[in-house]
Amino acid sequence: MGASFTAAEQFARRHRFQWWETLPWIAALAAFFAFPNYLAFATQVLITILFALSLDLVLGYAGIVTLGHAAFFGAGAYTVGMLASHFGWNEPLSGLLAAALVAGLVGLVSGLVLLRTTGLTLLMLTLCTMTLLEQAANMGASWTGGFDGIPGLNFGKILGLFSFDVLYFRSQYLYVLTVLLGCFLVVRMLIYSSFGQSLTGVRENLLRMHAVGAPVRARLVIAYAISAALAGVAGGLFTQATGFVNLAVLGLDRAAGVLIVLILGGYGRLYGAFVGATAYMVLEHFLAKAYPTAWQIGIGVTLVAVALYARNGILGLAETLRARHRKQSVS
Amino acid sequence: MDLITILLGGLASGMVLFIVSVGLSVTMGLMGFVNLAHGGFAMLGGYVIALSMNHWGLPFGWALLLGFVAIAALSIVLERLFYSRLYRATELDQVLFTIGLVFVMTASVTLGIGPTSQSIVLPDWLKGQTDLGFIQYRTYSLALIVTGTLLVFLLWLGFERTRFGARIRAAVDNRRMASSLGVDVGRLFTVTFAIGSGLAAVGGGLGAEILGLDPNYPLRYLVYFLIVVSVGGLGRVTGVFFAALLIGVLDFVLKIYFPKGGTIFIYALTLILLLARPQGLFGKKGG
Amino acid sequence: MSTSAAAPALETRGLCKSFGALEVAREVDFRLAQGARHALIGPNGAGKTTFINLLTGVLMPSRGDILLQGEDVTSLAQAKRVKRGIARTFQINQLFRGLTVLENVCIAVAERMEVGGSMLRSAGLRADVIGEASRLIEMLKLNEDAGRRIVELPYGRQRLVEIAIALGLNPRVLLLDEPAAGIPSAESHILLDAIATLPKDIAVLIIEHDMDLVFRFAERITVLVSGAIFAEGTPTEIAANGEVRSVYLGNAA
Repeated sequence: MGASFTAAEQFARRHRFQWWETLPWIAALAAFFAFPNYLAFATQVLITILFALSLDLVLGYAGIVTLGHAAFFGAGAYTVGMLASHFGWNEPLSGLLAAALVAGLVGLVSGLVLLRTTGLTLLMLTLCTMTLLEQAANMGASWTGGFDGIPGLNFGKILGLFSFDVLYFRSQYLYVLTVLLGCFLVVRMLIYSSFGQSLTGVRENLLRMHAVGAPVRARLVIAYAISAALAGVAGGLFTQATGFVNLAVLGLDRAAGVLIVLILGGYGRLYGAFVGATAYMVLEHFLAKAYPTAWQIGIGVTLVAVALYARNGILGLAETLRARHRKQSVS
Repeated sequence: MDLITILLGGLASGMVLFIVSVGLSVTMGLMGFVNLAHGGFAMLGGYVIALSMNHWGLPFGWALLLGFVAIAALSIVLERLFYSRLYRATELDQVLFTIGLVFVMTASVTLGIGPTSQSIVLPDWLKGQTDLGFIQYRTYSLALIVTGTLLVFLLWLGFERTRFGARIRAAVDNRRMASSLGVDVGRLFTVTFAIGSGLAAVGGGLGAEILGLDPNYPLRYLVYFLIVVSVGGLGRVTGVFFAALLIGVLDFVLKIYFPKGGTIFIYALTLILLLARPQGLFGKKGG
Repeated sequence: MSTSAAAPALETRGLCKSFGALEVAREVDFRLAQGARHALIGPNGAGKTTFINLLTGVLMPSRGDILLQGEDVTSLAQAKRVKRGIARTFQINQLFRGLTVLENVCIAVAERMEVGGSMLRSAGLRADVIGEASRLIEMLKLNEDAGRRIVELPYGRQRLVEIAIALGLNPRVLLLDEPAAGIPSAESHILLDAIATLPKDIAVLIIEHDMDLVFRFAERITVLVSGAIFAEGTPTEIAANGEVRSVYLGNAA
């Protein structure tokens, strides 16, 4: 009985919060006080974390390889932007809710259609869907502002209390941080649930998942829609925090960018999004401006190296090192 | 513009798409390798061709040959060093690796040559207009159409009439079966990869007039190349040919009649097509 | 639900399947009795795994019917058939390699208990699912490995996890596709024990090349050759059948 009991206990304990899980949030709060002049940038980091986290749910857990995740970010961003500019709907929280609904719906519909396919075809279809939306946003200029987008958006007070801080981004930062925390808790709950286990099952072995009688496609579509809704929230936050939206929210650059961020951090690891987004964006912020081409080469070489040697990203490397260290200290 | 003029323009750009994409189709069909860096080879080839003409005064034909050879050689090196290690890797790893490669290519060109676009000065005999009897049209576009048609014919011959081609067809249809019959699919891949990349290089040079030539070329046209390949069907030379012409003409027409985002129809059509026939218009089912 | 007690656990009538010109199942009339211990043997390429794929719904037959507990399931999708009580193991392990043994079995049990789509409760806190999975793990003597990931296990123990997952689906019909394949003979007794102690109310169909195992286990044997039933009978009858010997046993010996 003994060993089995331990395994069960391990399994039961796994979802419990560990002390170190407070670190990202402490660090985020510390950054708020330590770098008051960088909060606009730090807000973007938080938004990217949320976006990468949403991608992790489908890519890292369900194993769906997509090149078009920016479709949902863009859907959310444009929803918030168009509501504010055309209907004067500038209440932030309900705007985010609308962004989540619209992006989630886009995810649900496209997921129902696309997730019948796999592999290369799926990759192409996600890419096409995103480009389709991008072109649609480009065409519908009277609604979306076309190529120039919608600039100069203003939003109401958060909860009717805190107005957006145009100069220092203080309230935006805390607002985005709170939303991120909420979304993170949702994702965390999902991945440790039976639903999350079954997504992992699909990723690990599709054949077996069918053979245990799981409704595989339905699970994938639901995960895809939830992930899309979360990406939509990230997009909505982007529009609210920056006060504008343009075609860049929908492009291949953004889709590939978030993929890179997640992979660098380590996918299927819950905290990979945090590590990846922070590391990538901080480096980019300081290096890319000064040495743009060298930066691009650096990222390129890193990607090549990750694909060849370090498939689990920064967190994967850390785990390997820790395991090696533990082995040494045992022997 | 009348119909024939538009059609010829579309055909010319379709030919360029074909010359660049055909190699991608065959290598993806052979190995199932998701090679997003294919456009990078076209871009590098275009640069070799443009620079060797502008700086060394190499004639157009020799420059094209040089581009083909240089990029084919480069691709062999990359294939042996890196690609071959990722045949069995997941699509995700292949996507990452090839995106990384594109970044390196783009940035290296920006760093070494500069971010501005390059132009190719055509030899005199390709400039101006040619009288076809019923219509006057740009000589160069006509030359592209002839070249593309010749090429597809040659490739078709190579595929259908040579042992090498038969091996490729066998391996595209069923890689495991082919390798159990003694076809060395790895070597086959190296060779086709080199030829395909070399052709992309030629396409990059030939198409500089139409698609432009600058460091962002690989990512800008990535979706187009992928659409051509997936519509045509993986590993189908004639399929890619017709798909490229279709997309080329469609794109040309849409850009004239719906200059604002008319290309949306191409994406929509591709989406619908791939959902109905994941193997593409011309691909075999399950092939 | 009109499940007649007399109906066989699983039955096929005139089952045919062809890929183009290639016929891989030809007019197969097969009956698996309730609680049976039945073996399906035949030379390589006889269509044994295809037959299992037809039974489980991975492949759809070209013609013919499949009845589970007397009910027609021919047009049912794979997942629906699993819910009706048909489970299988694979010839080559199909496990969740990055997960622990316990998690592997839990995924199957959770699907059977219809909680696989539940989002709110942590999977590790589902005492019912984990309890049952632990019971199966214990039954297959995998306790020591329950907390280890599949990739860390030797192949033979992985084969046992295959069986544990199938049992987690609480099947009435269990299809074992070459359970002993790939196991060194020194370890195969663990597997034999496991198969010998399977609950008696489950009808078991085993595909196996190891004739010792087949004759030790099976009460009835069906010989499949080129997609058609070649002979059927008790082990003694099959062993005495000269044609079977020449077609199959002779080749294997």
